[in-house]
Amino acid sequence: MSIFAPFLIRAALAGLAVALAAAPLGCMIVWRRMAYFGDAIAHGAILGVALALGFSVSITGGVLVVTALMALAVSALAGRSFAVDTLLGVMAHSALAFGLVAVSFIKGVRIDLMAYLFGDILAVSLGDLVVIWVGALMVLALIAWRWSALLLSSVDPDLAITSGINPRRERLILTLALALVVAVAIKVVGALLISAMLIIPAAAARPLSATPERMALIALVIGAFASLGGLVLAFYVDSPAAPTMVSVAAGLFAVTNILALVVKFRQR
Amino acid sequence: MSLVEIKDLNIHLGGKRVLSEVNFNLETSEIVTIVGPNGSGKSTFLRAIIGAVHPSSGYVRLKKGLRIGYVPQKLAIDPTLPMPVRRFLSLPHRVSEQASGEVLAQAGAQGLENMQMADLSGGQLQRVLLARALLNAPDLLLLDEATQGLDQPGSANFYRLIEDVRARLNCAVLMVSHELHVVMSASDRVVCLNGHVCCQGRPEHVASAPEYRALFGSGTHGALALYRHEHSHAHDNCDHDYGHAHGGDEA
Repeated sequence: MSIFAPFLIRAALAGLAVALAAAPLGCMIVWRRMAYFGDAIAHGAILGVALALGFSVSITGGVLVVTALMALAVSALAGRSFAVDTLLGVMAHSALAFGLVAVSFIKGVRIDLMAYLFGDILAVSLGDLVVIWVGALMVLALIAWRWSALLLSSVDPDLAITSGINPRRERLILTLALALVVAVAIKVVGALLISAMLIIPAAAARPLSATPERMALIALVIGAFASLGGLVLAFYVDSPAAPTMVSVAAGLFAVTNILALVVKFRQR
Repeated sequence: MSLVEIKDLNIHLGGKRVLSEVNFNLETSEIVTIVGPNGSGKSTFLRAIIGAVHPSSGYVRLKKGLRIGYVPQKLAIDPTLPMPVRRFLSLPHRVSEQASGEVLAQAGAQGLENMQMADLSGGQLQRVLLARALLNAPDLLLLDEATQGLDQPGSANFYRLIEDVRARLNCAVLMVSHELHVVMSASDRVVCLNGHVCCQGRPEHVASAPEYRALFGSGTHGALALYRHEHSHAHDNCDHDYGHAHGGDEA
């Protein structure tokens, strides 16, 4: 088997698309301390998968609807009666549990579920690839369009208001973009590892970045390297693809942050 | 027409009444200091003017086309967000290097362009936030607890800076302070807020009085003044003391 086998090329292209959309979005999530939010929405995706299988509709569609609804619910309820992290914890784990229970009632999909928890990048079809790229480019366009407004509302919501920006609307756009990324990336990295691909490249890029744009760009390079490197590594050592990709990203995170510490120490 | 007209303003946040029946007008190039204890609704008052909170009843009316420069108390910026001062000034719209250099100089923050926002000291951050507020040549400068974390000479310097800015732009200044008795001496009016307007009046210009020297030392050059609270009404939720304005018990 060659490393240039068609299914591996498709896997590489899928991984690149996810890295592309996840980089700027992941930076926003890190800056706004929304890491747990991404996690919650990703868990909700399993419920979406179960419902899509139950009603025999498109998986991407089912996941998108459930994750978008969850994003809206969390946005609306945040800070009302419970702290946001409590609310997210309740919603994330109950969505995952309901999803797993619901899936058990559907005949013949028990084996498939693993693919949605951990991704099955090697089984990405040409049709999947189109969905993933269209979704990724939409997210990228959305974030690029709102970039300045999102940045300013991350810096300070009240300053955003005095500049004519509605921070609530910006947050809504961001959460919907997050739902979209989860929906298209679930096939590639799976529900449990999506937030890893959002957050780890961004966190790895932080010590190398002096401006927000640079951080998004470096996160993109790191994410793409982790996707392709992880895929190649998985091919040679015969490990599961998505976890290997995340492992490579985690390794890069350790390297950049340790390097930054060493540089800081030397400057003293 | 007034720059800001507030009529019978009531604001509830999370089921709690924060402001009740507040009436307030701000005229062109007036300097007004709002004082009040913590939790008295001062920040909510400012946030109602910028439109970040909405009245439960009553209204906040701004002069048409009013340009507001808002200086928040602090930023919610996370240290994971790399943000040089220069880039911060260019949010959301790019400003020329010359424009950002000018406002930084006006705010006494020249040379900070390439510093990271997260690395600024409290005083530097205040000046950068002021510089940002000056970018659109405001008619009204809103400052929320701008001198918090500054010592008295630091506050006095900052107030003198505000006076300079006001003299140059001829803008109105509305600032909020948790200092009940020590205010910017250039204030035309001091309003004491505690859920409602407790009292208002002019600050006492006592810069030459010996008590003043005892209180502030001689390094503040009259930038600070005292405000004597004159409460004509009785109520029990105004928890600051009376008869305190002579200053001797403050030092």
